[in-house]
Formats: sequence, C-alpha cells, structure tokens
Amino acid sequence: MRAVDALMECLKAEGVDVVFGLPGGANLPTYDAFVDAGIRHILVRHEAGGGHAAEGYAKATGKVGVSFATSGPGATNLLTPITDAMMDSVPVVFITGQVRTELLGTDGFQEADTIGITMPVVKHSVMIQDPQEIPRAIHEAFHIARSGRPGPVLVDIPMDLSRAEIAYEPVMDVRLPGYQPKLEGNQKQIRQAAKALASAQRPVIYAGGGVVNAEASDELVEFVTSDRFPITCTLMGLGAFPAPHPQWLGMLGMHGTRTANYAMDEADLICAVGARFDDRITGKLSEFAPRAKFIHIDVDPAEISKNVPAHIPIVGDAKHVLAKLVVEYRAIGADPARLDAWWSRIEGWRTKHPLGYEDSTDNEIKPQFLIQAIFEATGGQAIITSDVGQHQMWTAQYYDFPAPRRWINSGGLGTMGFGLPAAMGAQVGCPDQLVVCVAGDGSVQMNAQELATCAQNNIPIKVFIMNNGYLGMVRQWQELFWDRKYSHVDMGDFPDFVKLAEAYGATGMRLHDKSTLVEDLKRAIATDGPVVVDVRVTREENTYPMIPAGSAAREMVG
Amino acid sequence: MISVGEPGTKETLSLEELEAAAGLRTGRKHTLSILVENRSGVLTRIAGLFARRGFNIDTLTVGPTEDDKISRVTLTVDGALHPIDQVTKQLHKLVNVLKIRDLEPGDTVARELALFKVSADGVQRGELMQIAEIFRGKVVDVTKRAVIIEITGTTEKIAAFESMVRPFGLIEMMRTGEIAISRGRSET
Repeated sequence: MRAVDALMECLKAEGVDVVFGLPGGANLPTYDAFVDAGIRHILVRHEAGGGHAAEGYAKATGKVGVSFATSGPGATNLLTPITDAMMDSVPVVFITGQVRTELLGTDGFQEADTIGITMPVVKHSVMIQDPQEIPRAIHEAFHIARSGRPGPVLVDIPMDLSRAEIAYEPVMDVRLPGYQPKLEGNQKQIRQAAKALASAQRPVIYAGGGVVNAEASDELVEFVTSDRFPITCTLMGLGAFPAPHPQWLGMLGMHGTRTANYAMDEADLICAVGARFDDRITGKLSEFAPRAKFIHIDVDPAEISKNVPAHIPIVGDAKHVLAKLVVEYRAIGADPARLDAWWSRIEGWRTKHPLGYEDSTDNEIKPQFLIQAIFEATGGQAIITSDVGQHQMWTAQYYDFPAPRRWINSGGLGTMGFGLPAAMGAQVGCPDQLVVCVAGDGSVQMNAQELATCAQNNIPIKVFIMNNGYLGMVRQWQELFWDRKYSHVDMGDFPDFVKLAEAYGATGMRLHDKSTLVEDLKRAIATDGPVVVDVRVTREENTYPMIPAGSAAREMVG
Repeated sequence: MISVGEPGTKETLSLEELEAAAGLRTGRKHTLSILVENRSGVLTRIAGLFARRGFNIDTLTVGPTEDDKISRVTLTVDGALHPIDQVTKQLHKLVNVLKIRDLEPGDTVARELALFKVSADGVQRGELMQIAEIFRGKVVDVTKRAVIIEITGTTEKIAAFESMVRPFGLIEMMRTGEIAISRGRSET
C-alpha cells in the first residue's frame, strides 16, 4: 500500500470526518489518496484559514481538528494557527508536505525548515524519515494532541516518502515512555485543598479553559454549588460555568467585571482550575490578590507556580480532580454561613458596579447594544466565534454563555482573523447549530477569503461585523494612554462589505437602525447560506471597565 | 529533583499555615542529568526551550548511554538565576525527554575534562609540570615554546588549576562541560 493510503486509513481509524486544507506540489500524493479515501476535505483559500477552521472545529466539538498544507509557503502560512493552538491548548494535527529527501537542505523549490520554524510553538512535531514510520507517527500525533493539556502536533512528510510503498498494519497501541500525563490528582493534596476551602472566609473559584478542555463543566458546577463559592471564569473559560447564576461574578481580568476583580483582590483563598495566571488576569503581578493563598489545579505541571506560587499544587485533569474534591469537601461539612460577610461584600460591589454603558438617545447602535441584540436574536443559544479586539471583549461581557464550547475565540495569541475561519470549522463540526462570528471590521479582513469556501460548500455561518471604521482597541489605547494621538488606526469606509459578501457568493446586509436591529438580525439568521451583516456602530466607544496594563485590580477605570 | 510538594494532611488547617514551596531560587548550581530518545532534533528542542524561556545553560554535554536508543544530556544551570522547578517541568513537557534527575551535590561524582595550552620555555616548564602533578594533571605534549596539559576533575578543581597556570601565559583552554553520575547502586 502507498504510505499516503495508509495515512488515510490512520485518519479514519482516528475518527477523522473532515480535513481542512490546500494542495500543492509536495503533498500531491496525499491529495491523490484523498480522492478514494472517503474522508471529507474542505478546500480552503489560504492555509491560515484552514488551520483556524481546524481549531474552530476542535473547540466546538472537542475532537481533534486536522489541517493539511504543502511545503514551504503552505507550511509557513500555518504558523499563526499552530501558535494560536499552542497558546489556547487546542488539539489540532497539522500534516505538511515536504520536498523530496534528496532536496532537503539544498534550498529546493518551496523548501522551508518546517520542523525548525515551528519547533517553539508545537506540543510535538516529527519529520518522517522512513515511510514505514508514517502510521505510528500519525497515531502518536493524535494521541499527543488530544491528551493531557491538548495542543498542536505537526507531522512533516517528504514527498518521495509519502508515495513509497509500505507494508501497512493497523497500529493498535501508542506507547510513549516520555509522555505520560497525570490526570488523577494526588488524593492527599485534594484533601488538603478541601480543608483549606472549608476554613476560608473569602474564597473565590477561578476557572479557565482547562475546564472546557477536560469536559469538566458538570463537575465544576457541582463543586461550586457544593457551597456558596463565588465563581469567576477567564476569557477562555466562559461557558464552563453557566451564566447567569447567583454565584457567578462574571469574567475576570483586564476587561472583567469590577465584582470579579475586586473579589480576587480581597480573597483569602483562590482556587484556580485549569487557568494559568496570564498577565491579562493578574495585572501587576506583585499586587495581584495580595491576601490570598492559592490552590492550583492543572493538568500541566509546568503551569503550577509558573507565575504565582501555589500553596496547594494539584497536578491533574479538572474532571478527575473536581469530582474528588467535591467528595472530600462534602465530607467536611463546612458551615455555609461563614461566607455571609463575604457575600454581602460581593453584593455591595455588584450593586455599585454593574456592567453597563450609556446607551444612545438616537438611533445610533452602541456596540454593547449590538451584542445584547445578538444575544436576543440568537436566544443565547448560538456558538459564537470572535476575532480579537473591542468586539471580542464586549461579546465576552454582554453575551451570557449557558454552556461550554459555545464561545470560541483566540485568547492567548490574540489572533486577528481567527473568527471567520473558526466559525466555518465550528459549523462543519456542528451542522445543526447556529454559528455566529462576531467580527471587527479590521479583523474580518484578515481571513475574509474563506467566505468563498463557505459559499462553495454551503457552510451557513452568520458573520456580524461590528463596524466602527477603526482598529478599535488600538484606537482606544491611543486615546487613553498616548494622548489621543491616533496613529494608523482609521480604516475608513472600506471595503464595501455588502459587495464583498456578494462577490464571494454570500448574502450581504447593512444595518444602522437600532429600533429594528433585533428583527434585522433575526432576518439575517433566517437567511440560507453564509451571510455577512455590516453593522454600523458608534465609532469611538471604549471597552470598560478596564485594568490598564501593568496596573493592579484596584486601579480599574471606566 | 524538586517536585510538586506533598504537605502532610493535618486534621485542622488554617490558611496561615500554608507556605508556598515552588518557584523559588535555590541559589546553587544544579546538575541536570537528562535521558532522551536518540532522535534527530532532540538537542535543538532542549536548547530552544532554554533560549525562549530565558534560561542560561552553563555547561552542556551529550553522549551515548549503554542503550543505543537513548542518549544522555548533562547540563548545569545556575539556580540563583532560574527557578529550577520551572526548568525541569518545562523539560519534562518535551515528548522525547524520558527522565530528568537533578543530582544532589553530596551524592554525585562529577567530572570534566580540560586541555590547557600554556606558553612555557625552559625555566617555566619544570614549575608547570610540578603544578600539573599536584592537580593530578598530565603533560600530553611539549614543544619548544608551549606545553599541553590534560586535567580531569570537578569544575571547581579545573577553575583552580586555570588560575594557577594563567600567569604563565594561557594560550588556549578547552573544557568539555561536566558529566555526573550518582553514587550508590541505583541508576542516575
């Protein structure tokens, strides 16, 4: 059997139902094998679009996404999605073509050192040196991508090896002596954590994307509601705990709620679950949660005590650890009344500092109003993807996510152009669900070419562009921290998104009337096929509240 | 190796009793003995990890082990500058890294090989050879105006020897970096 045909067998054995990719010279054999393999392939218009689509698919379904590209520029175009998947722990297998082995190291046509270029940003990578290794390498790649802390794995296959004949035997087991993630969590440490929680007077549960990755949402809810623990989630964790809820404080961090950030600031015990104390969460590290002790639960031991020293470290998967923690905690029988004073303090912040904005008095659409309208038009039940910037933060603030895997965005890397292809991938993975991309007029142009892919394959995503004609978040920082000296942030009224959508074969609409906005959005949602809606919003609106970079939670503005 | 701590499980616990253990600087040199799969690119992965996390490698040696599928990397890192706990945990994330041991200084035999080329004519040669002998070094080559001395020992011994011969006119010095093996019956 040809190695590429064996590759297809391996993909099928891994349960792959779709691949996002683009053919080229060095992966011609692979694409030849696609014809008869019976695996759905979606031809993207740019490899970055394919990579982000595989991420969106993985984030929406919990399965491993797969993306193919050719050598050289094909592989280098994948660099952003690979890095994005690394930063946000997304399980994606990238398979790239490489020049023939005899050309390696000669600067051959479309040769790039793909393994070398991607080495710092992959969970693991391998270059095939013997075609017989291909089946095992593929299964190892899937195993590594999906287990432990998920992440991107790259397999680079020289063209001559991919077309070689091999003796294919199905690989039934994967054994990697140097890779054995610990999932269970140390029982003694878990008991210690339960005791600390039982004696805490001002506890906060701080949950992140690790809860979503571990499918531990139910366990999180059970743990949080086993007492009156206040809960906040990171940008990546939204939906892991259903919002709204009496114990829900809202998102924390740079654009989180005052309630969540003040609670972290005054807490005596913070229990971090699948979160990594990123600088967007901690602000000024030396003044972060100065009164708190920390329990840190994470499947990746290297995250524990990386930024904030943990008093009770627990290496394990959120699902396993939280299930055990609830049992230990209930056995103690802590008195919920001890949290009365803490909750009255929290309620005080809630009353005094609710999330809000000054609505327009005319028909102008405020960006926050747009998100509320999208929430209403979708019944709060859509899968929402976003790009990066103001629109992303407003969506995180004003769209209450009732379940995990409904909020798909680029957190760690902050990749503009992520949202549209991610929506495409999510829609392919979840064909029966409504998938909406909330985009910025700046971001959406970075991968707009995938509208052609959506139109050709009838992938009916709804793209709502929050159009303020600016690179809005950069403009906001220039206004607030650079004396309003605007430098290259004005995007003007370009392009005409309605015409652009139509040129790609999608439906285009333009909205600027607040009074009919919800109805108009519903009309867009009810329209068949991909739809692009250009929503004109207030040009210079700022995202608040905000912890200025490098400041402490106490110094929130707006 | 500094690993994730396991405090006892006392019956009562106040938050004040909890003390953070990890992430601290130890303030001493650490010798990490790392077993890796003998595959292409493994050393690049280790070196790249150190570079991008901002860790400095003081010495590094790589060589085969008794098993031809496995190589050993021995490297020394300054624990005053870097959190060793974080260094080892990041190294563990590399799939091709099989085992890491942070060797206890009191329980380890460590050696480094060095070659010194020192300028020496007639009068100085005798004195140099005497110093070499005290350090259990060997003169391995002599020419009219220089000698080459081979010396094996700990990093500290070699540094001491260097300071002794430098005044004679040190032309060149080459050092291999440390290899280290644990004492007793158990494997390193």
